[in-house]
Amino acid sequence: MGAFDVAIVGGGLVGTAVAYGLARQGARIAVLDEGDVAFRASRGNFGLVWVQSKGLGMPEYAAWTKASSDAWAGLRDALRDETGIDTAFARPGGFHVCLTDGEMERRREQNKRLHNQPDMVPYEVRFLDRKDALDLLPGLGPEVVGVSYCPLDGHANPLKLLRALHAALARRGAAYRSNTPVQRIERSGDAFALTTPAGTILSGKLILAAGLGNARLAPMVGMTAPVRPQRGQILVTERVAPFLKHPLVTVRQTDEGSVMIGDSLEEAGFDDRVGHAVVAMMADRAVKTFPALRGVRVVRTWGALRVMTPDGFPIYQQSAEHPGAFLVTCHSGVTLAAGHALNLAPHVAAGCLPDAAFAAFSARRFDVRAAA
Amino acid sequence: MFARLPDLKERAVVRLTVDGRAIEARAGESVAAALLLSGVLVVRTTPVSGAPRGPFCMMGVCFDCLVSIDGEPNRQACMVTVRDGMQVERMQGARKVDP
Amino acid sequence: MRDSMIDVAVIGGGPAGLAAAATCAEAGLTTYLIDEQASPGGQIYRAIADTPVADRAILGADYWRGEALVAAFQRSGAVHLASALAWDVTPDLEVAVSVGGGSRFLRARRVIIASGALERPMPVPGWTLPGVMTVGAGQILLKSSGAVPSGRVVLAGCGPLLYLLAAQYRRAGAEVALILDTTPAANFKRALRHLPEFLLAGSYLAKGAELLLSAQRSVEIVRGVDSIVAAGEGQLRSVRYNVRGQEREVSADLLLLHQGVVPNVNLSMAIGCAHDWDGEQLCWSPRLDAWSNATVGGVAIAGDGAGIGGAAAAAERGRIAALDAARHLGVLSEAQRDLRAAGPRAALRRAMRGRRFLDLLYAPAPSFRVPADNAVACRCEEVVARQIRDCVALGVPGPNQMKSFLRCGMGPCQGRLCGLTVTETIAAARGVAPGMVGHYRIRPPIKPITLGEIALLPKSEAAIKAVARG
Repeated sequence: MGAFDVAIVGGGLVGTAVAYGLARQGARIAVLDEGDVAFRASRGNFGLVWVQSKGLGMPEYAAWTKASSDAWAGLRDALRDETGIDTAFARPGGFHVCLTDGEMERRREQNKRLHNQPDMVPYEVRFLDRKDALDLLPGLGPEVVGVSYCPLDGHANPLKLLRALHAALARRGAAYRSNTPVQRIERSGDAFALTTPAGTILSGKLILAAGLGNARLAPMVGMTAPVRPQRGQILVTERVAPFLKHPLVTVRQTDEGSVMIGDSLEEAGFDDRVGHAVVAMMADRAVKTFPALRGVRVVRTWGALRVMTPDGFPIYQQSAEHPGAFLVTCHSGVTLAAGHALNLAPHVAAGCLPDAAFAAFSARRFDVRAAA
Repeated sequence: MFARLPDLKERAVVRLTVDGRAIEARAGESVAAALLLSGVLVVRTTPVSGAPRGPFCMMGVCFDCLVSIDGEPNRQACMVTVRDGMQVERMQGARKVDP
Repeated sequence: MRDSMIDVAVIGGGPAGLAAAATCAEAGLTTYLIDEQASPGGQIYRAIADTPVADRAILGADYWRGEALVAAFQRSGAVHLASALAWDVTPDLEVAVSVGGGSRFLRARRVIIASGALERPMPVPGWTLPGVMTVGAGQILLKSSGAVPSGRVVLAGCGPLLYLLAAQYRRAGAEVALILDTTPAANFKRALRHLPEFLLAGSYLAKGAELLLSAQRSVEIVRGVDSIVAAGEGQLRSVRYNVRGQEREVSADLLLLHQGVVPNVNLSMAIGCAHDWDGEQLCWSPRLDAWSNATVGGVAIAGDGAGIGGAAAAAERGRIAALDAARHLGVLSEAQRDLRAAGPRAALRRAMRGRRFLDLLYAPAPSFRVPADNAVACRCEEVVARQIRDCVALGVPGPNQMKSFLRCGMGPCQGRLCGLTVTETIAAARGVAPGMVGHYRIRPPIKPITLGEIALLPKSEAAIKAVARG
């Protein structure tokens, strides 16, 4: 089926963002994907490009997230110039709404701990009471106690992002193969030989960006990817005239007008169906946040599976046993898209993830914990 | 573009308004039928391109006959039965929410 | 409110649902019929109990057969939830029902889905213009309001319903200017080997011939039409069509399209029933056992929603599914079920005789199923066929990836009007069978309901923990 500089296993947001970054470096690329129906976290994404509250327990992740957020405008512009597709990235500042005093207190406490970490990247987070929040978010319901606000938070259209990445890859001559799951990975001289139902693919480098599939694939090249599915459910409404400029962590209006309402954290294995009680709870919080949404119609609900590591942070790692094989896995494919395309891919192309930036993200951190 | 047959069973006259204009319907009719029978062919413009749309399937499937009924936007006109005093408004693009 | 436990929930009030509900209730089961329409009958017997059309000859004897079904249903003691939307069925057989802006769960021991049919999309350029409707819509207007078109009317497409409506209009004294018949000439050859069976089903033949002759006497019919465009600014003004290489145009106030009916599978798909591509009826049909049970436990599917068979067959299929529900619930033994099902099964065989001939004869032409580049495929999101083909060129394998790229199928109709078009367009572009391409993954609610309504559904401790963070 051909030989390539780099084979990327996974055609979701993570795989295509890294692939796009590599294509910009001039690499000959193959993206190997599953079929039309698969556990696709990318299609279930809420679309936040989110900074606040990320990185408690790993300040490197906070810095990595902020760097991606900072690079996002560049990614948006590049994709628009190359494909004509506007990914609708905007960074108007985002809110986390608290509905009780207890929630507000926990939020403040968590933020304090996050920003008190040594080596924490500094940025502004403000806490506003209901009255001050109303100036920025008209229509907040009477049950809203307060909000936290971060001017770095934004959002994008995850579906347009995925399409733009695919379109940009196609324009740059990358090979995209759907219905091509990777069954086996072996060394063949200097190259990796990937066995698929459609034949064998040879590549100089290999990126594993297969989401939950990484758990199976990583050991084939001497790494471990302890990822598990964590279900998140989302509701989406009919199109509504623009009423909400800012993204909230659980409510945002898309560029097309529909309102997305998230989300849940559920340990449900590989069951990605929708549960009414959880959907009801999400709807309840949404109408408490914006009572005017009560009469807006929900067009669709869905469940999707996040790709979760034991500590919730990404894995970026090059195989020590099989240099040239890289493992990339995270659950924030939109937020980190710019980081993957513009910050990570050049290192992959150069064949080295510098320790200073990436050592913290190695999956070896889980071995250490298991041993301790 | 549609007219009632002359020799129908008698049904009570129901009065409603469309964008403030009074129209008459018959009891038991759907709002979409009442609109078509009063010569209203275009019931909304789409939120995507602003194109005009009228009732299409009349059985609740296509969502092209969306109108505002008594202040509630995006109701399927073919699935709602007319009532005296009902206020129907044609939809212009996406519905609004008033915060 | 939660968990009023009932024996059987029947979803849909057409012939299959009415017969199923009556059969269950007569067997002593607590039975609810949940139907979106205000009065029973489904689309085929629409407004049968309250149509204003006084002259019974206009709608014809086949229509009035629905009276007996409704009467039997009303006598049976089944509870009728009218104007009620069943928008989900959980694995525990809790049927989510929305009535008057509020939802509740009906917990059933068995569920029979009788969701019926909808008209196959006929995505010709301009079909979104006001003034273009479906033949079914024209018939619903006639049945429920006694309404007939008053301007220049063109009927276009293929299938028996096209000629039935023409005949009903003629009997009502309404004029049809033109019928554009798109039936491919090659169909007859394919259908031919099923002709003997069709001839045995004499009633079809007589009815079909009568309809055709009736139409020919009063309307100009153009056969072999291979493309149609609805034209006009803001609303329909004319219909352009192509016949044997010749371009023609006629002015029109109303264009009614039709190319057959297909199972309405949104609910059965949303709750996870397996479906297969039917290569003869060119649609998705649920995978069923001999008693119409679907692959989801406790759920049966009867009537046209399980594959098109027509109204008479639908009623029998409703009865058969109901008898098996009664067996599952212990009010009939297996032997009793089999005995009672013998009559309906024989009637079903009679009703289905000749069906394959009709399916093949009226199979709509590929060019009207897989539209031209500039034709709208998804009416809600206004996606044209060219965009779908462009996606395939990017390597998109099926409807779900395509949907996420284009929003095609993401509007309020939830893919009902574009699903088949999309599957067949992708299949044609990829050069594979539609069954390989698949269908949209449908998710509840199967029709939009308000956020406020969902917010009032029962919650659980686990749900509160899964959602309330901070």
